[in-house]
Amino acid sequence: MILDSKIPEGDIKDKWENHKFVNKLVNPANKRKYKVIVVGTGLAGAAASATLSELGYDVHSFTYHDSARRAHSIAAQGGINAAKNYQNDGDSVWRLFYDTVKGGDFRSREANVYRLSQVSVNIIDQCVAQGVPFAREYGGLLANRSFGGAQVSRTFYARGQTGQQLLLGAYQALMKQVNSGAVKLYTRREMMEVVLVNGKAKGIIVRDLLTGKMERHAADAVILATGGYGNVFFLSTNAQACNVTATWRAHRKGALFANPCYTQIHPTCIPVAGDYQSKLTLMSESLRNDGRIWVPKKNEDAKAIREKKKTPEDISEKDRDYYLERKYPSFGNLSPRDISSRAAKQVCDEGRGVANTGYGVFLDFRDAIERLGKDKIEERYGNLFEMYERITGTNPYKSPMMIYPASHYTMGGLWVDYNLMTTVPGLFALGEANFSDHGANRLGASALMQGLADGYFVIPYTLAPYIAEESEKVTTDHPAFKEAEQEATDRINKLLSINGKRTPVSFHKELGKLMWDKVGMGRNEAGLLEALEKIPQIRNEFWQNVKIPGSGAQLNVALERACRVADFLEFAETMAYDALDRDESCGAHFREEHQTKDGEAVRNDEKYTYSAAWEFKGVDKKPELHKEQLEFENVKLAVRSYK
Amino acid sequence: MKLKLNVWRQKDSVTEGAFENFNVNDVSEHMSFLEMLDVLNEDLITDGKEPVAFDHDCREGICGSCAMSVNGYPHGHRKGTTVCQLHMREFNDGEELWIEPFRAKGFPVIKDLVTDRSAFDRIIESGGYVSVRTGQAQDANSIPIRKENADVAMDAAACIGCGACVAACPNGAAMLFTSAKINHLNLLPQGQVEKNERTIAMVEQMQNEGFGSCTNHYECESACPKSISINFISDMNKAYIKSKAFGKAGI
Repeated sequence: MILDSKIPEGDIKDKWENHKFVNKLVNPANKRKYKVIVVGTGLAGAAASATLSELGYDVHSFTYHDSARRAHSIAAQGGINAAKNYQNDGDSVWRLFYDTVKGGDFRSREANVYRLSQVSVNIIDQCVAQGVPFAREYGGLLANRSFGGAQVSRTFYARGQTGQQLLLGAYQALMKQVNSGAVKLYTRREMMEVVLVNGKAKGIIVRDLLTGKMERHAADAVILATGGYGNVFFLSTNAQACNVTATWRAHRKGALFANPCYTQIHPTCIPVAGDYQSKLTLMSESLRNDGRIWVPKKNEDAKAIREKKKTPEDISEKDRDYYLERKYPSFGNLSPRDISSRAAKQVCDEGRGVANTGYGVFLDFRDAIERLGKDKIEERYGNLFEMYERITGTNPYKSPMMIYPASHYTMGGLWVDYNLMTTVPGLFALGEANFSDHGANRLGASALMQGLADGYFVIPYTLAPYIAEESEKVTTDHPAFKEAEQEATDRINKLLSINGKRTPVSFHKELGKLMWDKVGMGRNEAGLLEALEKIPQIRNEFWQNVKIPGSGAQLNVALERACRVADFLEFAETMAYDALDRDESCGAHFREEHQTKDGEAVRNDEKYTYSAAWEFKGVDKKPELHKEQLEFENVKLAVRSYK
Repeated sequence: MKLKLNVWRQKDSVTEGAFENFNVNDVSEHMSFLEMLDVLNEDLITDGKEPVAFDHDCREGICGSCAMSVNGYPHGHRKGTTVCQLHMREFNDGEELWIEPFRAKGFPVIKDLVTDRSAFDRIIESGGYVSVRTGQAQDANSIPIRKENADVAMDAAACIGCGACVAACPNGAAMLFTSAKINHLNLLPQGQVEKNERTIAMVEQMQNEGFGSCTNHYECESACPKSISINFISDMNKAYIKSKAFGKAGI
């Protein structure tokens, strides 16, 4: 298979404009004859549904939530980047492009990143027009803050609830279209299969989560905006329902899965407290603007804190190691996520961690409160401090927070070309579900940007060329629908018939722990081989020993979980294969074999300047690797340094 | 700690429900309320019994999915907190808890603690937006907005659409939810153009969904996990009367 990224010709600054011009259009009167399915109602999905229906397409939108307002985009706290340069601090489309390529450790596609930077400015305009209440200055104009991995203030925000406000904007735009009859919205439906006719995506099979009934939906194109797979680690900052099922089911039907090993670990989460834990809570990275990260210099001090024999206040200034400021003086506490996360793991592995598990570091606001006053800190981070206090029972105004890295975002996803189309014609992937823009590491405040860019400004242009050329119409009577529905029904019946001894969650936990230990923040060959040996064992046991009470013809939360875990158990293996194949350290992918004396990642550009796209060959079979070579014509390949 | 739970079990929307009793042991004070229910559910599944169904997702108090009353309080007794962020340190060893779905005419029970809150979506659908198509927007800084107005709009926009206000209200009113959205948009210049149509449409949709009316009990504000102010309701009433009196064209 040859991967054609379909990058337009010409100078990088003109590619998108040229592409939009030469692309075929669909006559406005004809658009309503084309039905488009959008799975997912997060930022990318809701934005795409709203915009495509405004253009005239017959849009059918699906979510497994009870409402289109609940997707996990809602939980993004910190902000959204845009190259507006309102602060006059030297920002530009080019600088955002440059920062994103560099931040992605030179493993992303330049043309996609440039386009993302270009449309970033339109996103802010669009959201303000929708009534998104971004933070403002006293003069009435928009406020900005700085964020990890950047030296300019280009992040727009709505208190600590930016994702919520942007999602509500997109949700409202979607509901406006539902009201006008242009979008048909289906809630509490989970996608079980993509339906292919003659190799092209022509519909989906969904399960109604309340009745268990399978439904067939036919369309001229299918768009997946179904988010990432961070819950492969069981514990992550993702919402409970986030899963890999939609993208994995598409992958099994022929869509290549790219760079699954690129999983971002967020440096500022609340540390694990116990076995019962269901998720890890993220504290916005914006806290790093004013908080200072440290651990004790001496192991015995750290031990005393763990055993509650000493408090952080007992450690004098000279005995504290502000390790990010020490190692990366120019970026300090604002160093990119992967670097900050690994640095935290390193000090904890040295025995200097402070949480009761030994895996935690301090994020201290003492100096900021002294410098700016408690009021200013409260204005900036009040809701985050309150959330921290609610969860941990500790007051961060008085005592430093404790944080530790956790799985947060996945850069990998379905392989897509410049038009966001997967290797299955007619099947598109947007937002976190695709792989295209962040390379091996995503910068803070860029996920919201990408989701909205794909939904509002890219897919409306890149869907038309496919639709304009594709004439075959199918209905749900086509045998392919019957076949796909049968596949899904059989899977559910099989799960229900096992009647073993263990709960779906117990398997998820077992898989998650293995993935975190062996395919997590640090990876090595021996560990990856061990994971590849153990994942099939867990999977086999799952299919023999899972227990699901109740029937498939009702709301059955255990069954829903089991379906998702089943797909994670297949996906995890491909993720480990990818991590094993990429015998270099880049961005969030850290192979312990490849590091400098100081523990910095060492890339191997000669061998690995490619995106790895995996083809499904069957369960228990090694997937086949296809490579998309990456060209860096505009940002010179360089060692990423934040020192 | 040990707790005695009385959990509402209901097979589906048509079957009558009842409380079922469970004893849970080994509850850690660091658990969230939903994690305590997770542990109960794991035990139920292992015993071949159906787990307690409840809506939940983000578990960080922002998605608005989780919705249950604990001892009669929507989301439990702690102020400004969703039940997913309520931690067990708020309870005492040996306590008996009553866990129910949000009770309101507008929120029919689907199963156990899961209710149908789609009425909220229909209220938004009736007018809770600015009618701007993608691509039509001017530069974001071309209309300055007073910081105070933007801040109050944000106070209203913080609503997570969980429905606690309805469950807390003796009249089953959805006025805090509806007024939060109306005020969020009406306070901003972008929302001014459609202010009258929006206010009338959303208020009337709210009434058509079977929600009651506000009689100033203030229970909604007290139960709201985002502490949204009841003042928005009086602002909504004022806007509604003006819109009706002066016609949709406004004055």
